[in-house]
Amino acid sequence: MTEKDHQDSLAEFEEALERMADQKFVLKLYVSGATGRSSRAIENIRGFCEEHLKGRYELEVIDIYQHPELLEKEQVIAAPTLIKQLPPPLRKLIGDMSDEEKILVGLDIRPPEESTEKE
Amino acid sequence: MAEKPAADQEPSLPQLPKSPTGISGFDQITEGGVPRGRPTLVCGGPGSGKTLFSMEFLVKGAVEYGEPGVFVAFEERPEELTKNVASLGFDLADLAARKKLLLDHVHIERSELEVTGEYDLEGFFVRLGYLIDSIGAKRIVIDTLEALFASLPNEAILRAELRRLFRWLKGRGMTAMITAERGLDEATLTRHGLEEYVSDCVILLDHRVSGQISTRRLRIVKYRGSYHGTNEYPFLIERQGISILPISAVELRHHVSTDRVSSGISRLDTMLAGGYYRGSSILISGTAGSGKSSFASSFAAAACRSGERCLYFAFEESEPQIKRNMAAIGLDLGAWTGQGLLRFEAARPTVYGLEMHLVRMHAAIEAFQPAAVVMDPISNMTAMGNPREVNAMLSRLIDFLKEKGITSVFTTLAHPESTEETEVAISSLIDTWLLLRTVEMSGERNRTLFILKSRGMAHSNQVREFLITDRGIELTNVYIGEGLVFTGSAREAQEAKDRAEALARRQEIEQRRRAHERQRRLIESQIATLQTQLDQEEEDLKMALAQMELRDKARSVSNRRQEELRRADAVDERAGSTGRGRGKEKHHG
Repeated sequence: MTEKDHQDSLAEFEEALERMADQKFVLKLYVSGATGRSSRAIENIRGFCEEHLKGRYELEVIDIYQHPELLEKEQVIAAPTLIKQLPPPLRKLIGDMSDEEKILVGLDIRPPEESTEKE
Repeated sequence: MAEKPAADQEPSLPQLPKSPTGISGFDQITEGGVPRGRPTLVCGGPGSGKTLFSMEFLVKGAVEYGEPGVFVAFEERPEELTKNVASLGFDLADLAARKKLLLDHVHIERSELEVTGEYDLEGFFVRLGYLIDSIGAKRIVIDTLEALFASLPNEAILRAELRRLFRWLKGRGMTAMITAERGLDEATLTRHGLEEYVSDCVILLDHRVSGQISTRRLRIVKYRGSYHGTNEYPFLIERQGISILPISAVELRHHVSTDRVSSGISRLDTMLAGGYYRGSSILISGTAGSGKSSFASSFAAAACRSGERCLYFAFEESEPQIKRNMAAIGLDLGAWTGQGLLRFEAARPTVYGLEMHLVRMHAAIEAFQPAAVVMDPISNMTAMGNPREVNAMLSRLIDFLKEKGITSVFTTLAHPESTEETEVAISSLIDTWLLLRTVEMSGERNRTLFILKSRGMAHSNQVREFLITDRGIELTNVYIGEGLVFTGSAREAQEAKDRAEALARRQEIEQRRRAHERQRRLIESQIATLQTQLDQEEEDLKMALAQMELRDKARSVSNRRQEELRRADAVDERAGSTGRGRGKEKHHG
């Protein structure tokens, strides 16, 4: 990425942020019962949302054991899985939501940075 | 669940309980199917038939064995899958509606996925569990599990989860079939080493192209705790699904028959002391144009005439061509096809691979259930593979036919120089071998027939000439002269020559008979002469004796008269001493 591109994308990002400021996030977190990992994921994503999306998010936590019928439709295979239904595009995040950087990128809140771009 | 069927499946030996797949041939080579309640790994390259194989396992399970199944597809969408297998007669939508089969499509878009820490595949487990429970599934297929490796990062987690998945499936008693891509190099069965986790049964599917002919093959790499064939088995994807050709009877336990079936040529039947044995295999080898097809067709027609079905595999000529040619020699094959007793299966050998042919022939035989089969000619098969493969295929085929008790006639083209070596070295599998030859003599080629061998029956050792007439094949009278078999006009000529010789011989005998007669008469006349001489001699002797006696008498009379005259002695005394006196007197006198 050249310096110019970088600046351009930064500008776009600023604009996007402006637009996003009033966009509502609809998130669903699928967890597998009351395991340590589940609790950790719930805790992490709640903290994240409070920090980055305060006031404009809707988070639903679903226990896959209680609602196995949803998994096929939602194409969930891993637990925990966070699904961003809105705003588009649809995104899925798996893991215990401990990597804040990746959540920011995954939810399109921030474009991938040098460090996360490698893979 | 795993224990219950085991109880009613094992009569004596502790055998691994198995689930029949319903895939034609597979259950035979595995003696019952895949391990019940355990995962089976099906690996193979792209397009090797993994999906169809596992789908048939599931469909047959649901339809034929009352075991509902779940199909988890990673690659194909349910609609595509439904459409793809509809051509095999599998109605997935209907099965789904009847809750016999569920399709699940696991779709993971790598681009919309972000990993934010530790995770597991519990979602997948719960999802499978839900599907299984919703229809009470006993079977499950996961096609292709390895797609997970492409969609999810962190191989370490995946491996741990896969290990857990197999344990979980086993724990649930699911008879599972997991498909996997073939490894890039020959040493590895699967790209991600799934064989590590599935230790019970591993099946390898292969799709090879050799000499522009593609062949599908199946091999059981591993089957723990069970006997299984180790060969590569050819298989075919047909209209009715997958068809695997089981290796032919390893044990020679064909039912043998002493029934005879006509060869269609009455004099040939006589030579064979009644015809071919039912269920035997007959090879007719001969050079080009020696009448092989005519012999084969005569046999086919004879089978039909006796009301039996005959299947004619034509590898050289088309059905109409054969019918026309045979009509010319008085065999109305069309009438038999019309009655449904005769069926032709014509195909050029090069169109399909060797195994493909074998499987097709199997399928055709199974479908038509003939009592007689003709293959004309099998020598063309050599165009399809190396001789070893061809022989292996033919011997499997012959075994199969024998097992079914089908009388089979094969024709094979032989080179003029080596008529007793067919290109296809299957002679050991053949019961009756007819050798057709054209003999060139005096500017003509004539056809001869010889029974090279015929197991278990008295058969003629004569070389016979035969004619292909408009009434069919006719064996002519045997003509042997000067230790040779004569054919054609040479036979006629030799017959004439022999007739002349016979006449000469007869004349000579007559001559000698007359000479003898003369001699006899001569000797007889000599005997008569001698007899006359002898009689003369006897007569002379008699006369001489008579004269002497008369003389004696005369003398004694005169002596007596002297004595009487002399009155010398008494008559009585004189009488006693007559002899003496006479002697003396004679002496004196």
